[in-house]
Amino acid sequence: MTDTAITSQLIAEHGLTEQEYETVLSILGREPNITELGIFSVMWSEHCSYKSSRVWLKTLPTSGPQVIQGPGENAGVIDIGDGQAAIFKIESHNHPSYIEPYQGAATGVGGIMRDVFTMGARPIANLNALRFGDPSHPKTRHLVDGVVAGIGGYGNCIGVPTVAGEVNFHAAYNGNCLVNAMTVGLADTDKIFYSSASGIGNPVVYVGSKTGRDGIHGATMASAEFSEDAEEKRPTVQVGDPFTEKLLLEACLELMATDMIVSIQDMGAAGLTSSSVEMADKGGVGIRLDLDRVPMRETGMTPYELMLSESQERMLMVLKPGREDEARKIFEKWELDFEVIGEVTDTGSLQLFWHGEPAADIPVSPLVEASPVYERPWVPTQVPAELKTNRIETQESLSDSLKAMLQTPDLASRRWIWEQYDYMIRGETLQRPGGDAAVVSIPGTKKALAMTVDCTPRYCKADPETGGRQAVVEAWRNVSATGALPLAMTNNMNFGNPEKPAIMGQFVGCIKGMAAAGLALDFPVVSGNVSLYNETEGQAILPTPVIGGVGLLKDSARSVGLALDKPSETIVMIGATVGWLGQSLYARYVTGSDDGAPPPVDLELERETGLFIRTLIHDRLVSACHDLSDGGLLIGLAEMAMAAKNGAGRSVTIAAAPDGIPAHAFFFGEDQARYLVSTSQADTILSMARRADLPAQIVGQSDEVSGENSTLTIGTESPISLASLRSVHEGWLPGYMAS
Amino acid sequence: MHAAVIVFPGTNREKDMADALEKAGAPRPSMIWHREPDLPDGLDLIVVPGGFSYGDYLRCGAMAGNSPVMRAVAEKAKKGVRVLGVCNGFQVLTETGLLPGVLLRNARLKFICKHVRLRVENPTPGFTGAMADGTVIRVPMAHNEGNYFADTDTLDRLEGDGRVAFRYVDEADQPSEAGNDNGSQRNIAGVLNEGRNVLGMMPHPENAIDPAYGGDDGLAFFKSIVQ
Repeated sequence: MTDTAITSQLIAEHGLTEQEYETVLSILGREPNITELGIFSVMWSEHCSYKSSRVWLKTLPTSGPQVIQGPGENAGVIDIGDGQAAIFKIESHNHPSYIEPYQGAATGVGGIMRDVFTMGARPIANLNALRFGDPSHPKTRHLVDGVVAGIGGYGNCIGVPTVAGEVNFHAAYNGNCLVNAMTVGLADTDKIFYSSASGIGNPVVYVGSKTGRDGIHGATMASAEFSEDAEEKRPTVQVGDPFTEKLLLEACLELMATDMIVSIQDMGAAGLTSSSVEMADKGGVGIRLDLDRVPMRETGMTPYELMLSESQERMLMVLKPGREDEARKIFEKWELDFEVIGEVTDTGSLQLFWHGEPAADIPVSPLVEASPVYERPWVPTQVPAELKTNRIETQESLSDSLKAMLQTPDLASRRWIWEQYDYMIRGETLQRPGGDAAVVSIPGTKKALAMTVDCTPRYCKADPETGGRQAVVEAWRNVSATGALPLAMTNNMNFGNPEKPAIMGQFVGCIKGMAAAGLALDFPVVSGNVSLYNETEGQAILPTPVIGGVGLLKDSARSVGLALDKPSETIVMIGATVGWLGQSLYARYVTGSDDGAPPPVDLELERETGLFIRTLIHDRLVSACHDLSDGGLLIGLAEMAMAAKNGAGRSVTIAAAPDGIPAHAFFFGEDQARYLVSTSQADTILSMARRADLPAQIVGQSDEVSGENSTLTIGTESPISLASLRSVHEGWLPGYMAS
Repeated sequence: MHAAVIVFPGTNREKDMADALEKAGAPRPSMIWHREPDLPDGLDLIVVPGGFSYGDYLRCGAMAGNSPVMRAVAEKAKKGVRVLGVCNGFQVLTETGLLPGVLLRNARLKFICKHVRLRVENPTPGFTGAMADGTVIRVPMAHNEGNYFADTDTLDRLEGDGRVAFRYVDEADQPSEAGNDNGSQRNIAGVLNEGRNVLGMMPHPENAIDPAYGGDDGLAFFKSIVQ
């Protein structure tokens, strides 16, 4: 194969520009062979090199006293006290999921779990953020069905609960669905494993599944737009084996309990190439690999294929010398391959051999350092003018609007999805799917972690900077609404083609917004992932910078959910309402308007309001809390009423809108920095809010009636039965999927 | 009480099961790795917990059902040791032949994770003896293949012998179609062997042992086992 001529066509097929190829020549001082060309190609792909995004990612806040490890490792690590750490990251698997939804989504879940347990953590929860095209698009139903089954199939088998997520439907995702998977794990702070190789002569060990031809060039595929022939890329999609991953997880954790490991890295995108290069680069050492010793699933594989395969459920590690047999026993117990395939060297090069013959020789540090970095040209997004509330007119009653909105694709219940996920395995899930953030307790302690994924892409499209801020504050609010202190976030930047200045402008705007919000809220980014080129035939997705937020409850008994379980309480809204309808779901679904600027985000106010809410929860002044976001106040109230314990809801009477704000704007506006709380001590809360200089008002009252007879009454309108609201809210998604 | 929990590669609810037994007052059970040829002496209870034994890429429980450790479990069962199989464990026990019937794919072909209502029938010493006949407990299910099937003769015999241990019921405690999410024949959620010392059930009482985590109805079942 060293005979393969390196033609300009071959170079182009590997996604390298002429200029990038010139750099390859100068690094090697000669022409590369095909294996080396493949290695440069994947290492410098957008997916692995972050070449379009890196300059901007550096502007995000990534430090804080709680941060043990920020971006740059397999996952971020934060301190949660008592010698314990939470390890988490979010990652996209968008391109494969569109082509082959079940396997694409499944291996997305598998990949992110490996990132987390590679660092020594036992995964305790999975989350996912999904975007699909318009429900009427012919592919949408098939994608929803396959992606949900794939996520469930993988997570359920491995035994990690899937506890939270979010889903949007929008025509901009017709040609590119988004599948972002997040895993949260738990480790001891003195038992965290990193990827930096060290110790000249130490053995380099391959464990896990055998290598096949699946996923070759997956990273390159994820670095280009789709055209009509997207289906033809099916062979580049990997196939998941959650059973093997479960064995790998248990075997790795067993090995990690010993002191045999020097460093460890999972084989994700660009498989053996990126894992070996990253380990060598971080350690400032070389690595020699005898590729013929790699366990192979197929015959006739070449060094090129071995280095580029993205077969799943594999790990590379450096062991302490002389410990190979001891380590091998653990992997034999779990019936996994274990092979010493090379050693750490002092050459500074990645040297590959094939039956004793050299197959590639690339200096590691130039390969990594010369990785291209582009300051792509960008133009700022023209932010639309504020939508005047009085430009939206309606004759519809609030009750009818509420009913209509609860059965829209963006607000309908997601039960059909999360009932396909095992969300209670391990017995630690305190707050289940369907609330603001999931809460998972930490065994053997009073502590718990709150976690959520959030983004409002329509805000980001209209005003990327505000949208970037809003994604962060919504995740932060969702964590706060459980009573937890938000500690850090992970981000998944999903955008179109960065070579287009308008798309790059969306990216830059969102980053600026996220950076500002992260700084203002002491909410650093500790890990993340970028997925660009989410375009088909020139149509880009909405800018979708998903935030995964994690927070800590020191005492999980001082936490609340959103359900109105306690009768005869007062419902108080904390935060100010001007009735902002620009980019609201009400404007979109009831009046058909996509106009206007999204609601402004006041970071200082968010911070103060969140602190106030956490105090109320900690001091046990409230029995339920819900952050207000999509759909505004009335949707939030209905969600709280429908969530009541008996399953059929609790009756609520809602005060009329105050003078000066049109009723539909008051009830459906999406003003930020707002929460609803249910309390028996409304006077105390109102006077505390006055002292804190925060707006607060009574918006409703729950009564004794619950169950089938419960109703929701808005101002002077006739009561609506909650059973009928629940039926439309729960009915849309199953109905759509069955039709 | 000396309990053992069998762990296959791919088993994933062994911790939940051990937690539940412990919470009900039993000492921490022994975890038995599937390759161990002999089971300890003096066992009062063997549990085959939930998960995806050997990946369940073949028919669920088929590989585990033919494993050496299950032959050892079957021998113990013959001698009267109590055996409880939950979810994948139930599937394994039917594959081993310790229990009649099979677990088919759920009627609606989807994995289902939700709380269901189970009616205790034919209270049986050693398992449900301390629970009143007709007691309804709310516990979760989480499976893709929990649709209990057996031929009519077998079903009639099970009913006639009083070997239906649990049935799915609706909000009105009736064994209707509404309460039967996975489509099981005659709403059967759990069955006993002829000797009444082997019980298999699909739902997970081990995940209903604490009100803070969605309810503790499952604890009564484990207390009944442990007492």
